[in-house]
Amino acid sequence: MDGFFSTTLGLMAIMAAQSLLVIGFVMVSLLFLVYGDRKIWAAVMMRRGPNVVGVFGLLQTVADALKYVVKEVVIPAGADRPVFLMAPMTSFVLAILAWAVIPFNDTWVLADINVAILYVFAMSSLEVYGVIMGGWASNSKYPFLGSLRSAAQMISYEVSIGLIIIGVIISTGSLNFGDIVAAQDTGWGLFGWYWLPHLPMVFLFFISALAETNRPPFDLPEAESELVAGYQVEYSSTPFLLFMAGEYIAIFLMCALITLLFFGGWLSPIPFIPDSPLWMVAKMAFFFFLFAMVKAIVPRYRYDQLMRLGWKVFLPFSLAWVVLVAFFAKFELFGGAYARWAIGG
Amino acid sequence: MNMADFTFYLFAVSVVTGGLLTVTAKNPVHSVLWLILAFLSAAGLFVLVGAEFVAMLLIIVYVGAVAVLFLFVVMMLDIDFASLKAEMAKYMPLAGLIGVVLLMQLALAFGAWEFSDGIDARLGNPIPPLTEAHNTEALGLILYDRYFLLFQLSGLILLVAMIGAIVLTLRHRQDVKRQDVIAQMMRDPAKALELKDVKPGQGL
Repeated sequence: MDGFFSTTLGLMAIMAAQSLLVIGFVMVSLLFLVYGDRKIWAAVMMRRGPNVVGVFGLLQTVADALKYVVKEVVIPAGADRPVFLMAPMTSFVLAILAWAVIPFNDTWVLADINVAILYVFAMSSLEVYGVIMGGWASNSKYPFLGSLRSAAQMISYEVSIGLIIIGVIISTGSLNFGDIVAAQDTGWGLFGWYWLPHLPMVFLFFISALAETNRPPFDLPEAESELVAGYQVEYSSTPFLLFMAGEYIAIFLMCALITLLFFGGWLSPIPFIPDSPLWMVAKMAFFFFLFAMVKAIVPRYRYDQLMRLGWKVFLPFSLAWVVLVAFFAKFELFGGAYARWAIGG
Repeated sequence: MNMADFTFYLFAVSVVTGGLLTVTAKNPVHSVLWLILAFLSAAGLFVLVGAEFVAMLLIIVYVGAVAVLFLFVVMMLDIDFASLKAEMAKYMPLAGLIGVVLLMQLALAFGAWEFSDGIDARLGNPIPPLTEAHNTEALGLILYDRYFLLFQLSGLILLVAMIGAIVLTLRHRQDVKRQDVIAQMMRDPAKALELKDVKPGQGL
């Protein structure tokens, strides 16, 4: 048996099994994230939320998913069929792809590549295609308007996300997630993590992540009061399910990114408690809770306000922060908090 | 054929197919989508030669931003496809000529090209040495240390081009209402609102 796992075929089998494990983790958490999202939202509105299917309604998402799958796929007559069907697949596959480089522990990572953070950034910048293609291929007014909005919105906020990430990269001196988390392991517990030196950027990143994933209060691409459901109007059945799943996976990915970049990934917040992947999952769940709370509490932005926030507030501020961090790192100010490579962190 | 060769041919075929279909696709939006396929496959080729940083930049900059812009513009154009096809036939000889010239140049590079003396030694010793820095770091050192001035100058040229484009298209319209966010937030409700106690059956 040992012989088999060192052959090409055996290595491929191991890789496939590992990939399935990560996809399985993402899909199972997806089921409960959608449930959790609805429950939190309901609790804020003093409703009960899903409570019929399974214990406490836990299986509601499973039932919903099954319902979507067995429904008929309706494709509008004027639609561009190949592009119409490719759009939801693109958005789902790209959302899953980014998980290939997300580590859950020192060694628990599918692909430990040098440019991991750029890879994630690239995948999340490609996600806009699912929306644009879907909106255009539907050959209908509301989806088209929704996709135009979304294209402008996602590109605007990607710029500030990129600049925020550069600040973290300067502090670490590496593009690898493992190195970024290792640089936050200073023996100070949660006070060694990047959220403290990069505090303003944590807020900017969180808000940009909301806009990047089309979450409320920035869900203008699907604003139901003006565009019915934006780019999703013409979608039904499994294609719609794929859009929906892709969206939630992208949100969960953003939770993982915040955790890794600013909150020490799998590191434990208190120095003498051991580090564990469970910390990572717990932190991700916490940030998802914040995402859900924002959805429940904050009213939707107007489109011009959204653009103003992105280009006139976030962009200059994050750009200035990059320059500031570079300055702090170069002269190793604040005990090297901004230059972990210099103090051997 | 080992795995690396197989992947190379996969990406190579995909780049060429993407490029060809970009030119021949009837619908301009499909053209842009094929172009994206070509970009992605080219990024795959970069990864194969070990230039993962350049590959990621290709995806982020070209696919994530430039191609989105293309798509954005092409989607909103109202194009008459039939006349476009007729135009294509008209320009075919010129396009063919350019294609032949490019092909000849490639053939030149393969055949009659001669390298300067000592190229092997220089190629064998990249700056900085591969043992000291992986390729992201190496690129950074070259761009920001060794060729700092040239890099900044090229950036400045781009900035000038950008400012030029903005100046050419910028016009201040006086007849539109503009929003002053600060003024809106600083408004005092006491000055803007007046509460009236309306008696039933009387009105104001």
